[in-house]
Amino acid sequence: MRREVPIVICFLAGFFFISDFFIPEPHWTQIAHRVNQWAIIVIAFAYVLGVGNIVRVNSQVIKRKERDWGYKILLLSGLVLMIILGIGFGIKEGTTFNWIFMNAMYPMQATMFSLLAFYIASAAFRAFRIRTWEAALLGVTAVLVMIGRVPVGEFLWRPFPDFIEWIMNVPQLAAKRAIMIGAALGAISTGLKVLVGLERTYMGGE
Amino acid sequence: MNFYERLMNLDRRWVYLVVGIAVIIPVLNPFRVPVYVTQEVKAIYDCVESLEPGDILFLAIDYDPQAMAEVHPMAKAIMRQCFAKDVKLIISALSQNGPGMAEQLISELSKEFGKKSGIDYCYLGYKPYFSIVILGMGQNFRIPFPTDYYGVPLDSLPMMRGVQNYDDVKVVIDISSGNITDYWIIYGNGRYNVKLAVGVTGVMTANYYPYLASGQIFGLMGGLKGASEYEVLSKQGDRAIKMMSIQTTAHIVIILFIVAGNIGYFMSRKKKIK
Repeated sequence: MRREVPIVICFLAGFFFISDFFIPEPHWTQIAHRVNQWAIIVIAFAYVLGVGNIVRVNSQVIKRKERDWGYKILLLSGLVLMIILGIGFGIKEGTTFNWIFMNAMYPMQATMFSLLAFYIASAAFRAFRIRTWEAALLGVTAVLVMIGRVPVGEFLWRPFPDFIEWIMNVPQLAAKRAIMIGAALGAISTGLKVLVGLERTYMGGE
Repeated sequence: MNFYERLMNLDRRWVYLVVGIAVIIPVLNPFRVPVYVTQEVKAIYDCVESLEPGDILFLAIDYDPQAMAEVHPMAKAIMRQCFAKDVKLIISALSQNGPGMAEQLISELSKEFGKKSGIDYCYLGYKPYFSIVILGMGQNFRIPFPTDYYGVPLDSLPMMRGVQNYDDVKVVIDISSGNITDYWIIYGNGRYNVKLAVGVTGVMTANYYPYLASGQIFGLMGGLKGASEYEVLSKQGDRAIKMMSIQTTAHIVIILFIVAGNIGYFMSRKKKIK
C-alpha cells in the first residue's frame, strides 16, 4: 500500500491536469483552476517547511560549533530579523524591510553577478584554444558573435550585424531547436513513466 | 618558459586586472557608441507604439536584483513609453526578489508622469509558484490576486472594472532573468494565446530565438544591447546606451585575450614540433 497509493494519486492527478489541456469543457476547466489554487496554498506551506529546515540544519551546526558556524549565526539572525520586519511592519516602500532589501540585498546580488564578467574573461581565455577543427569552429563563432553584439562589428564591416543576425537566426536556431525537441521528447517520456508508475525514484528507494 | 608559454599560461589575476581596468575606463571617461537596432526589438517598440490611450499592457517584471543592470532599463523604457502614451499597465513581479524593485520603479515613474495606482496602473505584486499563477491569471486575475500589492481589492480599482483576464490586455511583455519566461511561453501563449514579447539577459537570449522563429513570441530583447536598442527607439532614458560603451570595451578585451591565448598556444606548439 505504501507504494500503490502514491502511484494511484500521481496517476489520477497527472492525467487530470493533462486532460484539462485537451478537454475544453468549462466545468472541467473550473475544477482544474480550483485545484491550481490549492497548489498555490500547498507551495506557500512548502516555504514554511523550507524555513523550518534552514533553522534546524543551521542550528545544529551552531550547536556543534562546526565549520563556518559564525556565518550560520549571521544567516539565522538575518532570517529572523527580516521575518519580524516583514510581518510586523510591512514590506512596502519606506519600510525598514524595503530599506534593507534595497541597500543590502540588491547591491550584494548585483556584486555577485558582476563578478561573472571576470570569471567569463578568464574562462574564455583558457577554453577557446583552437586545438581541433570543432574547437576552431566554436572559437571563431564565439568571437564573431561577441564582436557582433557590440557596435565594433558594424564599425569594422557595415553588414556585420546582419551577418550575426543570420548566425543567430539560422545555424544557432537550428541547433537549439534540435536540442529543445530532443529534450522535450525526453521530458514527455519521463513524465509518462512517472504517471504510469514505471519511474518511482521520486518516492525514494529504487 | 619562453614568452609564448608565459602568454599561454598567464595568471588569471592579470586577466581580472585588465578586465577591471577595461570596465573602469569607460565609467570614468564616458563615451557613446552607435547602437544597431534589430528587427526583434523594433517589433516590440512598434507594438507598444501602436497602442491607443486606455489600452492595457501587461508588464511582467520577473527578475532579481542581480540582473538589474541588463534588464531594468528595458522595463523602465517600456513603462515610460506606456505612461507617456496614457496606456494603462497591469504589472506583476513573479520572481521572489522582484516585488521591491518593481515597486521602486513604479513609484519613481508614477511620480514623474503623475500616474495613480488603480487608475493608470495596477501593481499585482508577487505570488509563489509562477506557472500556476500564470495559468490562474488566464482565467481571472482575481484568482491568484484578489487584491493588488497594496491590499486594495481588484474590483474596487477603476481600471480593473471589466478586466478579467489576458483577453482584456492587448499585449504581455515579460522582462525576465530566469525560467519564468518559459512558462509565459508555455502557458501564457500556448494555453491562452497571449500576444507575448520577452526581454531577457544576454546569456539567455539564444534560447528564445526558436520561439521567435515559430511566432510564439513576436519580439525579443537580449541583454544590455536589447535594452539600448529599445532606448534608442523609444527615446525614453539612456542608461543602457551609456553602459554599452562598458560592454564594448569588455568584449574587446575578452576577444584580445582569446587571440593572445591562441597565439601563445600555436607558437609554443610550433617550437615543440621543431
